[in-house]
Amino acid sequence: MIDLSHLKADFPVLSNGVHFLDSGASSQKPIPVLEAMDRFARTSYANVHRGAYKLSVAATDAYESARARVAAFIGATDPRELIFTRGTTTSLNTVAFGWGLEHLRPGDRILTTEIEHHANLVPWQMVAKRTGATLDHVPMTDGFRLDLDVYEQKLGPDVKVVAVTGMSNVLGIMPPVRTISDLAHRHGARVVVDAAQLVPHSPVDVVALGADFVAFSSHKMLGPTGIGVLWGRMDALEEMEPFEGGGEMISDVTLFEATWAEIPHRFEAGTPPIVEAVGLHAAIDYLESIGMDDVLQHDRELTGIALQQLSDLPGLTVQGPLDLEERGGVISMTMDGVHAHDLATILDDEDVAVRAGHHCAKPLMRRLGVGATARASFYVYSTEEDIDALVKALRRAGDLFGLGT
Amino acid sequence: MSLEDLYREVILDHYRSPRNKGHLDSPDAVAQGVNPLCGDEITIELGFEGDLVSQIAIDGQGCSISQSSASMMTEAIKGKTRAEIETLTQRFRDMMSLDGETDIGLDPERPGAVLGDLEALQGVRKYPVRIKCASLGWNVLLEALGNEQATSND
Repeated sequence: MIDLSHLKADFPVLSNGVHFLDSGASSQKPIPVLEAMDRFARTSYANVHRGAYKLSVAATDAYESARARVAAFIGATDPRELIFTRGTTTSLNTVAFGWGLEHLRPGDRILTTEIEHHANLVPWQMVAKRTGATLDHVPMTDGFRLDLDVYEQKLGPDVKVVAVTGMSNVLGIMPPVRTISDLAHRHGARVVVDAAQLVPHSPVDVVALGADFVAFSSHKMLGPTGIGVLWGRMDALEEMEPFEGGGEMISDVTLFEATWAEIPHRFEAGTPPIVEAVGLHAAIDYLESIGMDDVLQHDRELTGIALQQLSDLPGLTVQGPLDLEERGGVISMTMDGVHAHDLATILDDEDVAVRAGHHCAKPLMRRLGVGATARASFYVYSTEEDIDALVKALRRAGDLFGLGT
Repeated sequence: MSLEDLYREVILDHYRSPRNKGHLDSPDAVAQGVNPLCGDEITIELGFEGDLVSQIAIDGQGCSISQSSASMMTEAIKGKTRAEIETLTQRFRDMMSLDGETDIGLDPERPGAVLGDLEALQGVRKYPVRIKCASLGWNVLLEALGNEQATSND
């Protein structure tokens, strides 16, 4: 059992005793991240890639050093393959509109899955409408995994892009992206991975992952909001047009046309999130000081303990697999006769913070046959005490609603 | 303020056994509402006799607060005139208002005398994120009343 309980003291928000089990939505920030941002904003802040003055040069160095740090963290061979965005959603829209509008034609197919977050579904619906391409979906098996047999059958020369999650924000499962990518590439399709949950919670090597585009957010991995990442293989990025135009992304502009700056700058229009990049850099330093193998192992151990304890609760159903194989620290649940929002209110009364609702995955909710679930999700600062509090509060919910134990 | 004040037995009873649940054969007005944040859904069908709401049916899914509030509402407005329903709606909104100072004319000596079972929803006021749940049915009701008006004005 990996003991990370000493880390809790690094997270000021957790000092009031809240059992924070909503890291899947957004993570808390440790003191080193807060201090790095504060220090930078106080001593070194200026806009980047512009000024000839020392402060701007220092800020540019910090910003580009964050890019190199993130690139190394995910095993990217070239920092230029790393684009800073506002978050996973913007990253995925950048691919859908920047790559999709350029390359999709009527008759082409976009293959996503039933378990996607809206962020990897709605942009493709928008792009399908504009290009005349059609949407198709890989179903989930009754065992809560992607049906890879059906996936293989659905692949064909007309499939131009496969958009899949690296880890479900509802089920916790981690689809085999390597296998999915290899099969897609056999048919010449590009693979886009929503890694918003995967990168914060698992070691990731984008080269080994085999995908063409990987998107994730800083705020789910101990960093600040407002910055996210799109990694793309250089040959895939070269096929992509800028999704946003403006300052910083051009090489030359006349009144009628413009030429683009080099990759990655052509995809970073406007002033980027500079202080946030510094914060993300510090968050990665913090995560690597723990080690991503241990981060994953810790999440999994807590998930195992929680699944064990939840199995004793009357009327409670875990909406996801009960084994720990290829699974992260996300547990969605429903309780007979108690709606998820009522669960969340009752849990909150015990200072247990969980998410209740459809988790931006309405098609998956329909597939599961539920309107909403309550979701507990773990991270490095989560402890067995948090799980005990969760289980105790769930028992109280059952009692209040007269489920009887 | 405790959870037991929020989840009073009468609320749970309406949640488990919603009154006037189902559909009317030929409703005079229909409206549907969704709380997009949490997915609560309520459909309301109304039948009129002159100015009176003589029939009402609700259908929907969601949390105990949204569904029980709608169920209690059907009991409170059935057989009432539009003007009476407007007064009731205003009273309900006052009861949900955040300041808690508004005198809405409830009689603490005689609980339920003014708004019936609905008075049990007073506890929701202390849970601001849940006020939207309690209000959903009432918003849909106003829409349904508006729809009928639009039809009769045609």
